[in-house]
Amino acid sequence: KNMKSKKSPEAQTRPSRCPDNSAFKQQKLPAWKPQLTITTVLSSFFVTGAFCLSAGICLILSANSVREIQINYSDKCSDCSKLRENSSNWNNDCYCSVDFMLKEDMLGDVFMYYGLQNFYQNHRRYVISRSDAQLLGRDVDIQKSYCAPFTTYRNGTPMAPCGAIANSIFNDTIDLFYNLKSSVIQVPLLKTGNSWWTDKNVKFRNPKSHNLSSAFAGTARPPYWQKPVYLLDEEDERNNGYINDELIVWMRVSAFSTFRNLYRRVSRTRQFADGLPAGNYTFRISYNFPVSKFKGKKHVILSTMVWSGGSNPFLGIAYTVCGAAATLTGFVITAIHLNLRKKKTYLQK
Amino acid sequence: MALSVDSALYRWQRLGAHHPSQALSESTPLLSSVRDKPKFNLNKWRIVFPNNGRQQKDRDQAARFYPGNRIQTTKYTWLTFLPKNLFEQFHRLANLYFLFLVVLNWFPQVEVFHREITMLPLIVVLLAITVKDAIEDYRKYQFDKTINSSKTKVYDKEDHAYIEKRWKDVQVGDFVQLRCNETIPADILLLYSSDQNGICHLETANLDGETNLKQRRVVTGFSGQNAPFEPELFENILICETPNNDLNKFKGYMEQPNLERIGFSTESLLLRGCTIRNTEVAIGIVVYAGHETKAMLNNNGPRYKRSKIERRMNMDIFFCVGLLLAMCLVGAVGHGIWSGNFSEHPPYDVPDVNGNYLSPVVAGCYMFLTMIILLQVLIPISLYVSIELVKLGQVFLIHNDIDLYDEEADLPIQCRALNITEDLGQIQYIFSDKTGTLTENKMVFRRCTVDGNEFSHQENARRLETHKELDLDDEDFAKLQHFTLPSMNIEQPATYKQRTVRPLRRCQSARARFQGHARQKSLGRRDSNQSQVAFSSTIEKDVAPDSRLLRRVREAALQTENLSPFTHMKTATSLTDFFLALAICNTVVVSTATEPRQRVTVPPQIKPSGITLERIHQIFQRLKLASLSQSFASSQSSSDLGASFSAKSPDERLAALDCCDNDDDCYGGNGKGSTDIGSASLDEVFKSVSHSSLPPEFCYEAESPDEAALVYAAQAYSFTLVSRTPEQVTVRLPQGTLLTFDILYTLGFDSVRKRMSVVVRHPITKEIIVYTKGADSVVMDLLEDPVKADLNTQKRMRRIRDKTQKHLDYYARDGLRTLCIAKKILNEDDFQKWANFRREAEAAIDNRDELLMETAQHLETKLTLLGATGIEDRLQEGVPDTIAALREAGIQIWVLTGDKQETAVNIAYSCKLLNQRDTVFTINTENKETCESLLNLTLEEVRKSYDVEKPRRKFFGIIPTSLSVSGAPSPEFGLVIDGRTLNVIFQGGLEKTFLALTKHCRSVLCCRSTPLQKSMVVKLVRRQLKVMTLSIGDGANDVSMIQAADVGIGISGQEGMQAVMASDFAISRFKHLKKLLLVHGHWCYARLAKMVIYFFYKNVSYVNLLFWYQFFCGFSGATMIDYWQMIFFNLFFTSMPPILFGILDRDISAETLLGLPELYKNGQNSEIYKLSTFIVTMLDAFYQSLVCFFVPYLTYKGSDIDVFTFGTPINTISLLTILLHQALEMKTWTVFHWVTMIGSVVLYFIFSVVYNAVCVVCNPPTTPYWIMERHLSDPTFYLLCLITPVIALLPRYFIFALRGTFGASLILKAQQLDKLPKEQQDIEIQKWRSRKQTTSDEPIASPASNDDLDRTINHLCVSPFLHPASAAVSHGDPDSQGPSTSEMNPLRKWTPEEGNYFFNRWAQEESTATDSSAGPFSGHYPLVPNRVASPGQDASKLTRDNAKKFNHGSHRRSVSAVTL
Repeated sequence: KNMKSKKSPEAQTRPSRCPDNSAFKQQKLPAWKPQLTITTVLSSFFVTGAFCLSAGICLILSANSVREIQINYSDKCSDCSKLRENSSNWNNDCYCSVDFMLKEDMLGDVFMYYGLQNFYQNHRRYVISRSDAQLLGRDVDIQKSYCAPFTTYRNGTPMAPCGAIANSIFNDTIDLFYNLKSSVIQVPLLKTGNSWWTDKNVKFRNPKSHNLSSAFAGTARPPYWQKPVYLLDEEDERNNGYINDELIVWMRVSAFSTFRNLYRRVSRTRQFADGLPAGNYTFRISYNFPVSKFKGKKHVILSTMVWSGGSNPFLGIAYTVCGAAATLTGFVITAIHLNLRKKKTYLQK
Repeated sequence: MALSVDSALYRWQRLGAHHPSQALSESTPLLSSVRDKPKFNLNKWRIVFPNNGRQQKDRDQAARFYPGNRIQTTKYTWLTFLPKNLFEQFHRLANLYFLFLVVLNWFPQVEVFHREITMLPLIVVLLAITVKDAIEDYRKYQFDKTINSSKTKVYDKEDHAYIEKRWKDVQVGDFVQLRCNETIPADILLLYSSDQNGICHLETANLDGETNLKQRRVVTGFSGQNAPFEPELFENILICETPNNDLNKFKGYMEQPNLERIGFSTESLLLRGCTIRNTEVAIGIVVYAGHETKAMLNNNGPRYKRSKIERRMNMDIFFCVGLLLAMCLVGAVGHGIWSGNFSEHPPYDVPDVNGNYLSPVVAGCYMFLTMIILLQVLIPISLYVSIELVKLGQVFLIHNDIDLYDEEADLPIQCRALNITEDLGQIQYIFSDKTGTLTENKMVFRRCTVDGNEFSHQENARRLETHKELDLDDEDFAKLQHFTLPSMNIEQPATYKQRTVRPLRRCQSARARFQGHARQKSLGRRDSNQSQVAFSSTIEKDVAPDSRLLRRVREAALQTENLSPFTHMKTATSLTDFFLALAICNTVVVSTATEPRQRVTVPPQIKPSGITLERIHQIFQRLKLASLSQSFASSQSSSDLGASFSAKSPDERLAALDCCDNDDDCYGGNGKGSTDIGSASLDEVFKSVSHSSLPPEFCYEAESPDEAALVYAAQAYSFTLVSRTPEQVTVRLPQGTLLTFDILYTLGFDSVRKRMSVVVRHPITKEIIVYTKGADSVVMDLLEDPVKADLNTQKRMRRIRDKTQKHLDYYARDGLRTLCIAKKILNEDDFQKWANFRREAEAAIDNRDELLMETAQHLETKLTLLGATGIEDRLQEGVPDTIAALREAGIQIWVLTGDKQETAVNIAYSCKLLNQRDTVFTINTENKETCESLLNLTLEEVRKSYDVEKPRRKFFGIIPTSLSVSGAPSPEFGLVIDGRTLNVIFQGGLEKTFLALTKHCRSVLCCRSTPLQKSMVVKLVRRQLKVMTLSIGDGANDVSMIQAADVGIGISGQEGMQAVMASDFAISRFKHLKKLLLVHGHWCYARLAKMVIYFFYKNVSYVNLLFWYQFFCGFSGATMIDYWQMIFFNLFFTSMPPILFGILDRDISAETLLGLPELYKNGQNSEIYKLSTFIVTMLDAFYQSLVCFFVPYLTYKGSDIDVFTFGTPINTISLLTILLHQALEMKTWTVFHWVTMIGSVVLYFIFSVVYNAVCVVCNPPTTPYWIMERHLSDPTFYLLCLITPVIALLPRYFIFALRGTFGASLILKAQQLDKLPKEQQDIEIQKWRSRKQTTSDEPIASPASNDDLDRTINHLCVSPFLHPASAAVSHGDPDSQGPSTSEMNPLRKWTPEEGNYFFNRWAQEESTATDSSAGPFSGHYPLVPNRVASPGQDASKLTRDNAKKFNHGSHRRSVSAVTL
């Protein structure tokens, strides 16, 4: 007792260097230690397999329900194609019609895409050749942006919008006509609502001014353009300037060299209320966008959508294959296990 | 004027020009004296002028050269901080790489990311390190400031007094006055001490951790000693060495105005940082200041070592560099071809600013650089940072392991090297020191032999046994200090009859024992604040005297007192001399227990309470008469011995006393024998003495523990060392008389001479006596040649010598450290001659050390042997167990010791380093050819038996436990080799053979090896065998070995701090090594190896995603993932789990790891991180990245997906895959793991959502605005995130599953074991071990039976059989003996020449095998086919026919030697 009373004040004055006996410091924290036993392994394989198989089948079924039609019109409109090869003909209009037949109704929302092949929108220097600040309507010095060389003209007039992306905008006009018993009905197509809502309302803004033309005063159109940016859609004020849907869609650079961009949606009115009925149709195309010089192709695509996306069945196949593989593996492991156990019991005997 | 000046020219010019006449009169060191012309050169010598107004100009000149005492340990100043710090940081390759990338990114042609953004990682890394450095430096600055401004008293020449000054204002040449407990501000030459002997005590704990006080003395021969020191009158000039970092080397001289020189050495140097103790005032002159002080020069930064994993990793990083270049090349070529395909530039091929297009080739070249920037993460820079963090964490955990904490010393393990934790898990060879590492280095006096008579000290042995069992520490030894052995003995009641050792009992009862991890510390240690008085645990202090010897000593004491001729006169004097030598011949410092730090330097004025010296004389006289007249009845009343005594002759009685176990009884009986006048009065004398000298307990502080042990032993026989000053030493004799010897010289111990001597003048006889104490091998050769003496004496001396030698051998075999004690009487003339010689040597400058050595050797010749002592160095607790475990872990253990062979071999047996069944080869030779042939021969023999077992071994290696083969156990080999043979091996180029041999040996013992040899052996093994080595040692002699090994471990024990300072890890007990290696080593290795592999995997799999994308973007270097996301991916989202994994993962629990040391082999063989695992991981990384890229690609192919919308799911998927991969690797899921794992994913999503919502234009020109939000509302995204990781991880999981369910790897089995409940686990471990034992070659008997076995063996065969052989081995020291001595002993002749094999161990094996025929391994023994080449006979025969056997053995060897 005497000793202890002597000790305690001393212990206070000089702390011991003895480490704490805490679970963390002694590395004795309670822990879950997963172990790959035969039951966990087998159950994991079979559960995964079953889940993947069922999900895969669902996905394939749903993907199969998508109706899609894709027409390569750069080949069909070879005349126009040739015309566009020579850039000096940029001023000459060229029209081209493509007929096709829908064997089945395309029910639901029908989307019209233009597709480009071999157009490397994802090229590094192409991707960065834009000024988001300018497209946001801000008064920025685009010299400092990555738009070069599509920044200003020699006389110093800035381009609006600047950059290679905007400059190379897809400028074909495609109209769809429904040939119903010798009468030709233009299919009503929606120009707006094809871009992301956030793009249209947040990311792209026109410069603030009382009207568009004054907002873009002092700027010039990009060299490849035929008309200035504030005349992109002369009919709809809300779809003009930077907030033009076609421009917005184009500015969202595609991930691959073969891609499609949403061009129009079929307006579900009158006889197209349920989608496109089966029958003969014609695309009337004002062919402006040259693709032949980089061996590109242009398509026009009509497609419906389901919950899992478009007509691409890959995800469903992936799920199915994966599920099958997992199940198979599970069986293999079971077989090995049984085999070994037999051997063991045999040896023990 | 003959000047020999080099760089001090300025001074000469000045002197020559202005005061040509003065220059001569002024005695400066730069002036050549007439006698000799030392070359003075300020580069070689330092000249210190005193700062007292004299020679002011010289001083001022010189002062310019010498820095002041201000220290600045900071690296930077305010101005230089940024440039210097940056410069240093860019010395790191990683940072340069970063910089290169940043610069590269600055060129628009190759720019991938934003210029500013690319700089970010670099800036972050630089900034972090800069801040860290700044904080560190600022701390140092603060510390420096406090130190610089601490106060000390410096002589001021204007005020003529000592005034207080700050440390930084102290200059070279200043006189500094220091008081007790003050810290010394600079390196100061001691000129005055208030101590009358000119001694100043110094505590050097701050410097080297040694806590015993060191003595420093005023420069000898310096005149101004006894009078108070007057700095003004000091007109000498000091010449000394230029500053160096050798703490133990300092020499120089003072030149007086009359050109006389006074030499001084390290003995007079007070080192900066030390503390003055026990000295009221000390005055000295500053010699070195500031950064030139020895303490500062010794201040080295922490060591940097590169671990094995890191070395391996660096190789793989080169692989990654190769991969990177290959990928960049693919990109470059691809881009060239792609852009060459166009006849006309497409709209998406954007020209440069000026509208020009690049040619395909140039574009390809630029693309190469672009790709380097793009794929930079492939070089896992983050890995370096993460590894540092992980190692910090690992070190923290190791440091906090309570099992590695030593309660006694209050010391946890110290990790001094931060970056080699994982090396602990890969050790293949351990090189261990013996003394202090395997043993406690607590020296306990065990036996002694005097005049050829051996005194076994059985009581002491028994006492030690009890001590061992009790596991005592020095808990309240302060209490015990009040009781002394003699006084207790006397105060015992006469009726006390118990046969136990009384003092020990007292110890036990007074001792409170604490268990567990409760805080405990000895009181004594606390009181003394700094530390405990060194080397004086109770176990060392209490020496129970041998009763027979005690009696003889008493007798002898009487005789010496009388100084009368007596029949046993010779023995008597040598007994007295022996103990006097023990008490005197040392450098022990005496202090009293009550005031621990108060040195006893003045003999206490003890008045033997009324008993005058004459009275004592009378009493002894009477006593002598009494004993002569056969009235030796003192022990008659002893209860045990009873009446048997009286009838016998004195000789018989002495013999009977031998078996008197208990000196207390004898002693007590002595006191009780009141009928006898003599005894009674003796009792009276003792009583009075012990009463008068309270407190009689002295604390002895010695430089080496053996010294203290010997002094305590002498004390036990009442030869108490009472005080010691450099001039005088006082010893209290058994009678109570105080004898004060004048010490004429002390020749300190050094490792070359292996001895020390004191020269004293006997106060009574006035004889000059040299007492020498030293290693037997040395001292025995220095003995006086008996030929000169008369026949009788000659015979007697021979006999003593032979007997002593025999005893020495016996001691050595018992594992005792032996010391020989000898003396020599000098006549006055010889001494004076020698003293002159010595003085000259002391004053010499150039080769003083050699001269001093020479003089010492000159004196220590023709000695008379007094006796020898055996000191036990007890085995540390848990050593055999640790060694067994380490061995089981597949670690080869070598013992490298400076000790002698027998001692080492015995320690090796007792700590289970060698098994009784092992075949031990001993190679001792000096001849190269012999050595070579011996090595070859041994190798052949070893191989023969090794070949038999080899195939089986391999089989075990593959399937260790699946099948239990009960094959014959093969023999294990041990190799014992000594320093001389090692020399031969190193010089003769026999390293290869030697290593080949050692590879087959279970353990190797190198005895008698020097520190250099130790390190050479370590280096040899490390370099030639390319193995991981670990050295462990505790003393200064182990430093080189510790530094030579991959991992150096210092034991912070008895012998100072040098080993600890040099080490990477410092532990306090050898047994800690077990957990450190088996548990922490394994963990650290497994964790780090897995983490490194994982990092490679992570980076490759992530970077490859970008690479695959290049195939779809025309190799243009585009990224589909936002740059911020990419940075954060590595920085935050995937960094924590692997780091946590690296710190906390436990693949197997500590208990299992300790229970199954075999698991250590996993790390040893680098099973986790080797080339194959690396390649497999790389392939897996490629596969996973392919899956992570192409599943989303195929899903989104042909759709209207945009670049970043495509990149986000890929990023998410790859995050999930990478984290799930980590989850598969993780074996332990604690709360931390869950939190970081889930936290990482949640953080990713939160960040992405917030970033994508907030950032409209913050990352121009590409903005991932609202992408994550859209994905989160898209079912495809979820479907993708589900399936892709599954596909990516399926193969790995499949393999894991196969391994986990059907695999038989040890680690997995151990993991399964871990799952079991505790009891079952123990049972399983037991089972496993027993299974191993039946298959392995090493049967492990229970320790108890093994011990028994040892003992029986010792009794049965060792003692009769070993004597001649070992004698020959240990003392066949041909360097010193020459042919004439070897002629004397026929056995010696063959030993050194052809080496010898220790057949005794074979013999022991034989007997072991037969003795324990019922034992666990007897069954295997006969199955051994070819190993019993010579002593293959029946063991029972063997014990009888030892001699024959031995001859047989030696014969066989000699034959083989002849044929060679």
